[in-house]
Amino acid sequence: MKQVLFVLLLLALALMLSACAAPKLPATVEPFSTGVDPASWVRIPAGPFLRGLHAEPAKIETDYEIMLTDVTNAQYAVVLNQALAAGKVKIDGNKLVGYYPGDPFKGLKHEVKIGVGDWLYLPVREAGLHLAYDGQTFAALPGFENHPMVMVSWFGAAAYCEAVGARLPTEDEWEKAARGSDGRAYPWGDTLERNQANYYSSRDIFEKVLGSQGDTTPVGFYNGQAYAGYQTLKAVSPYGLYDMAGNVWQWTANIYEGTHYRTMRGGSKADYGYNLRTWSRNNARPDYYSPGVGLRCARDVKK
Amino acid sequence: MAFLRDRISFLFRSTKGLVLVAIALIALATAFFGFLSGPMEEFGVRGFMIRNFGLQLDPAQREGRIIILYHTLAMAVVAIETFFITALVPMKKSEQVRINLTITAGYITSLVFGLWFAYFGHNYVFHGLFIAGQVLIFFAGVMLTWALWPWRKQYLTDDPQRSRTPGGVDLERVAYFVMAVATLGSVLFGAVPGSLFGNGFEAFLAEDIIRQVEKTSLELAIIGHLHIMLTLIAVALTLILSRAFDFKGRLHKIAMPLMIVGTLIITGGVWAVVPFEAIAHIIINVGSFPVLIASLLLVFYGWKQIAERRLLEQHVAQPNLGRRLRALLGDPLRFGMLWQMVYMNFVVTAVGIFMAIQLDKIIRMWPAREERIGLTGHWHVLAGIIATIILLYYADLSGLKGRARQVFGWLVIVGSDLAFGAVALLETRRLYVSEIGQQSLTDTAILLTDIGLATVLLMLGILMGWRLVDLFRKKGRWTEEFTDAQMGEFKEEVAK
Repeated sequence: MKQVLFVLLLLALALMLSACAAPKLPATVEPFSTGVDPASWVRIPAGPFLRGLHAEPAKIETDYEIMLTDVTNAQYAVVLNQALAAGKVKIDGNKLVGYYPGDPFKGLKHEVKIGVGDWLYLPVREAGLHLAYDGQTFAALPGFENHPMVMVSWFGAAAYCEAVGARLPTEDEWEKAARGSDGRAYPWGDTLERNQANYYSSRDIFEKVLGSQGDTTPVGFYNGQAYAGYQTLKAVSPYGLYDMAGNVWQWTANIYEGTHYRTMRGGSKADYGYNLRTWSRNNARPDYYSPGVGLRCARDVKK
Repeated sequence: MAFLRDRISFLFRSTKGLVLVAIALIALATAFFGFLSGPMEEFGVRGFMIRNFGLQLDPAQREGRIIILYHTLAMAVVAIETFFITALVPMKKSEQVRINLTITAGYITSLVFGLWFAYFGHNYVFHGLFIAGQVLIFFAGVMLTWALWPWRKQYLTDDPQRSRTPGGVDLERVAYFVMAVATLGSVLFGAVPGSLFGNGFEAFLAEDIIRQVEKTSLELAIIGHLHIMLTLIAVALTLILSRAFDFKGRLHKIAMPLMIVGTLIITGGVWAVVPFEAIAHIIINVGSFPVLIASLLLVFYGWKQIAERRLLEQHVAQPNLGRRLRALLGDPLRFGMLWQMVYMNFVVTAVGIFMAIQLDKIIRMWPAREERIGLTGHWHVLAGIIATIILLYYADLSGLKGRARQVFGWLVIVGSDLAFGAVALLETRRLYVSEIGQQSLTDTAILLTDIGLATVLLMLGILMGWRLVDLFRKKGRWTEEFTDAQMGEFKEEVAK
């Protein structure tokens, strides 16, 4: 009995060790057109909304616009190449870095100094990045053109938005755009079906690529269309925004006093469904990047 | 009618019966609500449960549901520990009956109506009953603390083998008393802010606000409450095992003062988290050290006892190390109770210390959701270890013998340790693999966790099934166990 259990334990250990091996990642994926235009912006009206888990009354003072979808790899590559050509960013080894003026520092416990200088925007060659760099320019990997940009730090996200004449949305702006003013749990209502969003073990067709964590789905993928036999439900926010739940976490603008973590909203392909609730928050240092973190921009309405 | 009366009498008037009922209720709740998350959710079982059992799972109330579920399960565990304590520690029969009756009424009311409220629609009368049940448990705790008062003449001891003061005060009893007082205070530490948040139904999970720079006093109290309650449940269980192993002698004399001092310091440290957050963790770490040492002294004593008894049965006079080791491993139930305490140091204490030391350098480089996995895994494993120790102890008291004892004991130990080890690996996965490469490790760790937990739950199910069948037998095991309604016999049985 004991010998059998001992052998089983050894097998389990061997299984764990083998699981630490590097994954084989695809350079391309099957392209899917969603018919959703990632260059579109949506106007969100000023006014009250319910914020957070406990639905506290809150208010947005002025109208603003926010992108219909996450920023795609193709969109990011275009702006990145322009910035590279203009000398606004530079390659430093395996990193693409750019200038950041720094955060105010108070020296509190656990506070990390984010000083003035060059900070990481994204890694140039690292598994998970869906851009290829040929030494001169960046380009989206085949099939990933309309997938959300990932592996981008907060610095890289904020710089992109600035470059297109916009900014990252504040947390309040993001939340109102995601849930409207009726306090719903998910952008489309209060229930979550597997074919409404890309989340952990949601069994979308891209899960074949990287297991149950899946890979990103094209922006606007959950629009009611069928893709290779996979039927999606239309899953938009009250203002018609796509991907406000799942696929990738989205960086937001707020910098809170005494801490330098930047907040992300929306949940990702690697998270359980409850993380997709509109009030769910995640945070990380501004130089953090991940295959599950992307961005969308907001901008003030021109009067 | 007599059939039913006798069984109910056994289940609610004897220690083993009371423990059996509590374990069975925990098993049922765990089995049922376990279908709503983890792999069961992935397999679609959650959807089936919602459709067929009328569950009402509003996404906005997930945190509240989880808090009620944890509380109801914890109350049942506290009740089990109380049943053991009232049986093992000398006290008046009338005190024992009152305490057991009150806490039984309390935890069952709390469990039934709490879960009903949380999962089957909000009937606020049920929420009131959930709270009322917990109040009864608190009163049972007050009565237990009174009964444990160590300075009564009849509880003074002159046994030179026991840890005691020069005046004869039994320090083990003092340790029980200190644990009980600390528990009552810590209950209030959570109940006061809980009543504020609870009345407004503003439930939150502590792990969700861990990186919030400014936490309110009430939020800090909630964080402190959940930590200290689990710690005190572990301290109580260690003291119960001290009685179960008839811990005495030189090591007992060292261990009990350490346990008393450690419990006081940890509790003080946790309570200090509200006014002195900056230094509270240091105080807690200082207090943890003597408690851990006391626990390890019990382990040394218990293992020596197990091996020596086995060798005595085998008539081995001068055993070598290998023979001693085989003797030690010959009884997986009693070995396992103590081994789990040792194993806890690897998968809970070591991971916790690492996370605390490397917080800024490593853990806070990860996103909050990753740190959250570490935090929730950390205390789930500790709670799981406590549960397996209780399970092994109960199986021992149930008189499992021969091959069944071996199979049950080893499968619980190996199954649970496999699961807890895999969870510890999952908690710290970013140390070994990059985020993009973590899927294989995650899948494997979850698979091993599920296999391990399923094994333990299967053993629990078999044990409960055996006891259920036994209840239908006229001269079943339960009839023998019923005799321990006279608690002296229970103590003697344990002392054997």
